[in-house]
Amino acid sequence: MNLWQNIDPSLLISLSILVPFIGSLLVIAAGKLPNLRETITLVTATVLFTIVLAITDHTFQGVVLQQHVIDLFPGLAISFTVEPLGVLFALVASFLWIVTSIYAIGYMRGHNENNQTRFFCCFALAISSVMAICFSGNLLTLFIFYEVLTLSTYPLVTHAGNDAAKRGGRIYLGILLSTSILFLLFAVIGTYALTGNLTFQAGGVFDSSHSKMIMAILLVLFCYGIGKAAIMPFHRWLPAAMVAPTPVSALLHAVAVVKAGVFSLLKIVIYIFGLDNLKELATTDIMLYIGAATILLSSCIAMTKDNLKARLAYSTVSQLSYIVVGALLASSIASAGAALHIATHAVGKITLFFCAGAIMVACHKKNISEMAGLGKKMPITMAAFAIGAISIIGLPPMAGTWSKWYLTIGALESDKLLIVATLMISSLLNIAYLLPIPIKAFFDKTSTDTQPWSWQQTQEAPLPMLIAISVTSIGCIVLFFYPQPLIDLINLIPGVATNGEG
Amino acid sequence: MIEQHLAALPIILPLIAAPIALILGRSMLTWAFATLVSALSCIASWQLLMTTLSDGALSYALGGWPPPWGIELNVDVTNAFVLLAVSAMSTLVLIYSKDSIEKEINASNHSLYYTAHLLCLTGLSGMLITGDAFNLFVFLEISSLATYTLVSLASDRRCLTATFRYLVMGTIGATFILIGVGMLYMKTGTLNMADLSTKMAAFESNRTLNTGLAFIMVGVSLKLALFPLHMWLPAAYTHAPSSVTAFLASTATKVAVYVMIRFIFSVFGASHVFETMSMEIILMVLAIVAIFKCSYMATVQSNVKTLLAYSSVAQIGYMVLGISLVSVPGLMSGLIHIFNHALMKGALFMAVGAVFYRMGSVNIEAFKGLGKKMPLTMAAFTIAGLSIIGVPLTAGFVSKWYLVTAALEQDLWIVAALVLLGSLLAVVYIGRVLEAAYFQEPPESQGAKNIKEVPWLMLMPMWILVLANIYFGINTGLTVEAATSASQWLFQGYNPAGVAL
Repeated sequence: MNLWQNIDPSLLISLSILVPFIGSLLVIAAGKLPNLRETITLVTATVLFTIVLAITDHTFQGVVLQQHVIDLFPGLAISFTVEPLGVLFALVASFLWIVTSIYAIGYMRGHNENNQTRFFCCFALAISSVMAICFSGNLLTLFIFYEVLTLSTYPLVTHAGNDAAKRGGRIYLGILLSTSILFLLFAVIGTYALTGNLTFQAGGVFDSSHSKMIMAILLVLFCYGIGKAAIMPFHRWLPAAMVAPTPVSALLHAVAVVKAGVFSLLKIVIYIFGLDNLKELATTDIMLYIGAATILLSSCIAMTKDNLKARLAYSTVSQLSYIVVGALLASSIASAGAALHIATHAVGKITLFFCAGAIMVACHKKNISEMAGLGKKMPITMAAFAIGAISIIGLPPMAGTWSKWYLTIGALESDKLLIVATLMISSLLNIAYLLPIPIKAFFDKTSTDTQPWSWQQTQEAPLPMLIAISVTSIGCIVLFFYPQPLIDLINLIPGVATNGEG
Repeated sequence: MIEQHLAALPIILPLIAAPIALILGRSMLTWAFATLVSALSCIASWQLLMTTLSDGALSYALGGWPPPWGIELNVDVTNAFVLLAVSAMSTLVLIYSKDSIEKEINASNHSLYYTAHLLCLTGLSGMLITGDAFNLFVFLEISSLATYTLVSLASDRRCLTATFRYLVMGTIGATFILIGVGMLYMKTGTLNMADLSTKMAAFESNRTLNTGLAFIMVGVSLKLALFPLHMWLPAAYTHAPSSVTAFLASTATKVAVYVMIRFIFSVFGASHVFETMSMEIILMVLAIVAIFKCSYMATVQSNVKTLLAYSSVAQIGYMVLGISLVSVPGLMSGLIHIFNHALMKGALFMAVGAVFYRMGSVNIEAFKGLGKKMPLTMAAFTIAGLSIIGVPLTAGFVSKWYLVTAALEQDLWIVAALVLLGSLLAVVYIGRVLEAAYFQEPPESQGAKNIKEVPWLMLMPMWILVLANIYFGINTGLTVEAATSASQWLFQGYNPAGVAL
């Protein structure tokens, strides 16, 4: 299992960040040779995944990996520390990068996109910064790579280069940069001014001597400063970023970027505030209910969208707030649910985005109203869509069930019945806006076509895309039956446990 | 021998070289000579910084006349630090000038340009290390007169009105400083700064001295373009030749900021200026207004040089804000920003000069599509622009971090929030240029197809600055150490409540 046994464990962190970075340089070097370039991407992604697996191995064995890079300010370093939550996110991101790379090759070629070298290069850079976020050892490191991630994904969002892309890019960069500079940096420096310590540590950096009032303000600043978590009213960048090519939307806006946001929030809640401190803050409940409102409101908006990617974008906004809510419930089991949701939502949502891209490439359809009867042409894609949708809704036998289960138990334990109700209503809303799409695709009553269905008339997307879609949809099912490794990992997080013990 | 007179070298070298440059006359020859001299004074400054870091402050009696009668040169960590930045910038700009001025200055004036540049360097170095208040005025005039000449050298005739405006405002500023120094002399009978400081301590809030302080502060504020005395700056920077703008933006105003620090801390004493006269409130308010008003002005300009000029005024606001916090970290953030801002603005103005070299215009229209045509220049502009915004891993982030931390240490949460808010405006004005460069198609009519990168002699200094921006954004050891020991030294003997030394 562990291919990297002979390597000094402390080097693994640097490797996980450097491998995609070097990959991006190689991609530029091989820019003129598309086949070689794509091989490099795939090899890099696979190598990265094995490195993350090795790190996981060490984490289960209780080895704490650390890496000190450089002192940026006296006493404040860029440093990396491996902890279980980060490992979970790194696993998800690096695995899905492989799948997305396969998909992207099919998509970018099938769609005849321009500037493919820039695309694959920035993609690898984004993954590199995601790895750095995963393993960041203190708040300063996290902030730095959070910004690097924003900047490296900007060329991906504006890939098309037309007016719509420019507008989308402006909103994307505008919201993400301004929230991070105005709120997040302020909160980071505020925390530093207050405690003199930015290291992620079990139980948090605050103690009873710090003013609860200021901590409460800092919590709000953190929640809104991490614009990538898309809490209303700072969610507009996410639908705007949907002008990007679909593989970007898939990996970055279902996995890497948005999850980097909620991951950072979860990490800050657990390791900077500490769940015990969080309970006592006045603003925790306020932000909790704003999160709950985001869940419901964006589900409602999703229903009104006819463009499939826009609908999925609002669905993502809503699902991200599940994780926000899970973090802010400040209970051990809800946090576990939130952490698990990072993984389960990722596989579910990436499947849906893959399907949307496949439909676009194969049938050139973007709007849901045109997709009736599509099940005959694209049976595999639509079946995968159904699987992904059920997982997002949270019904068995799909992965989404577990995370929703733990979140609900967490809400019940904290006596927050409103949150329980929100989660339930949200599931119903999800059914209302996701399930009709595959149902209409397979059972189109208006169709006059009476011929029996046959394989000949299918018009599926290119093979690489189908492989990717199959892998993630099977992943949704597998994670329902075998969630144990992930749950074990989550139980290693200090103060977080799926059995509610902490 | 050289070690003994090291302190005088950064002044003497360019001063002697300036007339020689005029006599040499041939463009190529003067260029090589001026660059060499500037590089030599840069090496001397480096030696000075090293000496002061290890042995503490140096005193040098000019002409062998002992102070307080003779003119004394005082080199400490603070001014050695700024001196190094100034002479290094001067060298880089001179390397850059060779190709740049070919397009912007008539060939007959080239030797004049190098002469004026060397004189300007003399004046700036002198202002930094002199220990004599009247001598400071003399050096200020040397650098100012050289600057007026430099600005007026551009072939665009609008530079003449800009120069005239600059000349009038600059002379008023210098006169105010002279009047202020005169008042101090009238009361104390000395011009040596250290001597002034001891003699003034005997007077308890004397009205003549306070008036002198006011005159000097206003005069210096004019020179450093503190809002609302900045009106001369955008016009002068816009119409001056690009290499002149790059030099002035990264050195002249910085030296003036240093002069302000020097007068406040070494002559009048921080406790008098801040506690008795409450000068910090005036400075803080003006600095914050400068940040917002001028950042806003920058967002609406169509000429990129004007845009960057307004940005400079806003950035000076950050430096003055750092001083106005009256604490070691605050002053330190101001000093760091003096250095870092020189790096970023130098690179930005050089990149803009490169665009002028190829396009013959610096309007935002001219930038359209340059991301593809001049990738290296625009990449330099992008990175230096990110540094102005204060993105992590660039020098700008370090300045911002220290400034916000310093504000929070004084519990000035609103000031901290305003600083961050101000940097959002930088996103807007830098973003506008980048959007034109990377997302808009170049106009087809002109010979746009032939646009290519500028000569490497222009790219090299530009990229040295860009790499320095990244280097000093990651390895902050040198800047932070120098700025910390400088501000601790300046705050010696002054310990207001709540300031930890």
